Amino acid sequence: MSGPFLELIDIGKTYPGVVALDHVSLSIAPGEVVALLGENGAGKSTLMRVLGGVVAPSSGTIRIDGADRTSYTVTDAIAAGIAFVHQELNLFDNLDVAGNVFIGREPVFGGPLRLIDRATLRAKVQPLIARLAADFAPDTPLAELSLAQRQLVEIIKALSLNARCVIMDEPTSSLTLSETARLMQVIAGLKADGVSVIFITHRLNEVVQCADRAVVLRDGRTVGTLTRGELNPAAMIRLMIGRDLRSRYVPPAAPPGDTVLDVVDAVTSTYPRRAVSLQLRRGEILGLAGLVGSGRTELARAIFGVEPLLAGGISLDGEPVRISTPRAAIDRGIYLIPEDRKGCGLLLDFPIAENISLPDLASYASLGLVDRSRETDNADRQRERLKIRAPDVKMQVGTLSGGNQQKVVLAKWLSMRPKVLIFDEPTRGIDVGAKQEIYDTLRRLADAGVAILMISSDMEEVIGVSDRIAVMHEGRISGFLERGAFSEHNVLQLAVGHTI
Amino acid sequence: MQKKDLSLLVLILVVGAVVAFINPRFLLVGNLSNTANQVGMFGIFSIAEAFVIIVGGIELAVGSVIALLGVLFIDLIVNRDVDWILAFALIILGGVAIGTVHGTLVTKMKIQPFVVTLCGLLIYRGAARYYTEDATAGFGYGASFPMLEWLTAGRTNVLGFPLPHSVVALVIVAGIAWLVLHRSVYGRYFYAVGKNEEAARYSGIRSDRVTISAYVICGGLTALSAVLIAMYTRSISPAVHGSFYELYAIAAAVLGGCSLRGGEGSIIGVVLGTILLQVLQNLVNLLGIPSSLNFAVMGTVILIGVLADQYLVQRRKRAPSARGQAAAEPAPATLERASAE
Repeated sequence: MSGPFLELIDIGKTYPGVVALDHVSLSIAPGEVVALLGENGAGKSTLMRVLGGVVAPSSGTIRIDGADRTSYTVTDAIAAGIAFVHQELNLFDNLDVAGNVFIGREPVFGGPLRLIDRATLRAKVQPLIARLAADFAPDTPLAELSLAQRQLVEIIKALSLNARCVIMDEPTSSLTLSETARLMQVIAGLKADGVSVIFITHRLNEVVQCADRAVVLRDGRTVGTLTRGELNPAAMIRLMIGRDLRSRYVPPAAPPGDTVLDVVDAVTSTYPRRAVSLQLRRGEILGLAGLVGSGRTELARAIFGVEPLLAGGISLDGEPVRISTPRAAIDRGIYLIPEDRKGCGLLLDFPIAENISLPDLASYASLGLVDRSRETDNADRQRERLKIRAPDVKMQVGTLSGGNQQKVVLAKWLSMRPKVLIFDEPTRGIDVGAKQEIYDTLRRLADAGVAILMISSDMEEVIGVSDRIAVMHEGRISGFLERGAFSEHNVLQLAVGHTI
Repeated sequence: MQKKDLSLLVLILVVGAVVAFINPRFLLVGNLSNTANQVGMFGIFSIAEAFVIIVGGIELAVGSVIALLGVLFIDLIVNRDVDWILAFALIILGGVAIGTVHGTLVTKMKIQPFVVTLCGLLIYRGAARYYTEDATAGFGYGASFPMLEWLTAGRTNVLGFPLPHSVVALVIVAGIAWLVLHRSVYGRYFYAVGKNEEAARYSGIRSDRVTISAYVICGGLTALSAVLIAMYTRSISPAVHGSFYELYAIAAAVLGGCSLRGGEGSIIGVVLGTILLQVLQNLVNLLGIPSSLNFAVMGTVILIGVLADQYLVQRRKRAPSARGQAAAEPAPATLERASAE
């Protein structure tokens, strides 16, 4: 193994109000397999976007083959042999494998007609397919391929560009065990050919299995590097955690009451062979932690009736209920504040007042006509109560900041009678001040008897706000934690599927 | 009245003034009354179309439905001696049924509205021609329905102006439609579903039901205009009767501020859009423009109108963005750590 050909030196990246990367350095030698580890939000993807030329760093140096690059774009990255295999694959469903691999670089004939030379195209792709021992042909339509096969198509595309370094962002997160094993073989093959691989993963066993080196990021900083001999899950978890979590926990006014929501063996579409059971009690905030993609959002959507429950059941106050539409959930006092605020939570073009009244509009109406002064009065009251910073409730919601938009979604449900409130990523994209106000509101609601299920990928939030934590891992609950057992270590341990 | 509606009104007055200046016959009571009659008939099915467009759909079968239901109506009262009140009710029911089918295909079978209603356009036209064996349907000698004729095609003298009853019908329909769309709970749902169906669903709105009801309202109102138009023309050649009417309807709706993306538009705008289209039609006749250019004139004016509107929207967008920033709190950190990840 020769020296590094690719060096990121002291890379910094700041966004308004957030330091995403803080003096991170990373170097890669030909044929080296590097695992990039860290919690949600540690800065792994940002670092890879810098390497791919998608994001320009705020400071630091990118050095390739010993030469410093002052300007570095996606085109430069591709020319330097750096290829991205994206988490959400960038492929065309309506083309075949060869068409995808050579998209935008098709061999042509026929002069000005620029007809695609399909024979050459296939001839070029065939050896690459053979190199990975993939089980599809150049003319297989992409639509017929599984996710794992599509990933191979992306890798083939990278190889066709003479990639020297392939970046994979959570390549195994949606693969089955045997598919994962195949991918590990492919990675070993690339390594043997002198191609480097950087992969982001949460599956520590894979790291042990195939990485030469693991680099751990936390809060935008490199906190450690483990080499081949030091690679074991315990050491990796130790490095990933250890952040100082300021304790701002406000205990509930009274111990939690009876079980309000009882989810028994719920199965959702993402993990059709896994079932989830959990109980939510009156007056408690139950944090639902886990890695992105562990099935938390799907569970919330199933409880709220957005997507069907494939199996299992839900009871409310001891009564089994069937919830097949959001309307049915709302009528029973189960409200969801979705993760996708702009797409599902709000009508951005509608005024604040009309967003707040929407789920309960009938109660603002007499003879079917909306009493607009009552609607405005209520919106004004909610604006006061939740400190929504807007001069007028007739303003369009889309013009507000993220924090204030989130308060409008909250106001919608607080105008009604919440029994169960499911809050999916309550403070994503929200500034610090508004965050605290939302936490205060959650505690107030819980103390008033609402049962709250808070899905969060923010460790600080999960530990600082919840009364109890349930951790999900790949479609099932991997463990519950009581307040005394709260620690970053324990949550992470469960989130990656280990037991405590 | 919204700003958009106001500028449309100004445009109508300007076009009207120009036509009147060049050819004063425009202002003759007879001409105005006839134009008003056209507005009455076209306005009703344009409002019908607007309901569907507001929920984010499109209805292309309007003209064919007008032909089919018109033929059926005349057949029922002339050849089958059905009492006209019963016949009228049956025709409205027929329109409602067609709307229900369209709405159900769009929501439950998830077929694109354009495709569903394009098939409707073809099917109903064919059905109308087959039913009459392609012959013109009309009233025979001596067939007379004084009450029905007075109600639908009659005119009442109001302060010396013979006001067509189709206009009265339009005013009633528009009034109710305005109340429903702009003031009622259900109207709010129409706009919410048209704007963002997903968000509407998350707020507990049964979006399928809302969408279907838009097609049902559209079908019912189209049936009403079918009767008015049949009684006005008094004879229907099923191959051409009502053809292109869906395009008049869509044009009026677009002029009236409806976005084909859904969630926008006002009833006043749609009525004004209908008026503008009919004034333009009148302009072609009165200014000696070859009637073959009829559609070309309309198309040009709509295009200019939409371009001007786009220009104004762009300008307005630039202006209040500065204001909005001043009003919002100081530069919130909207970048989420999770998305940076």
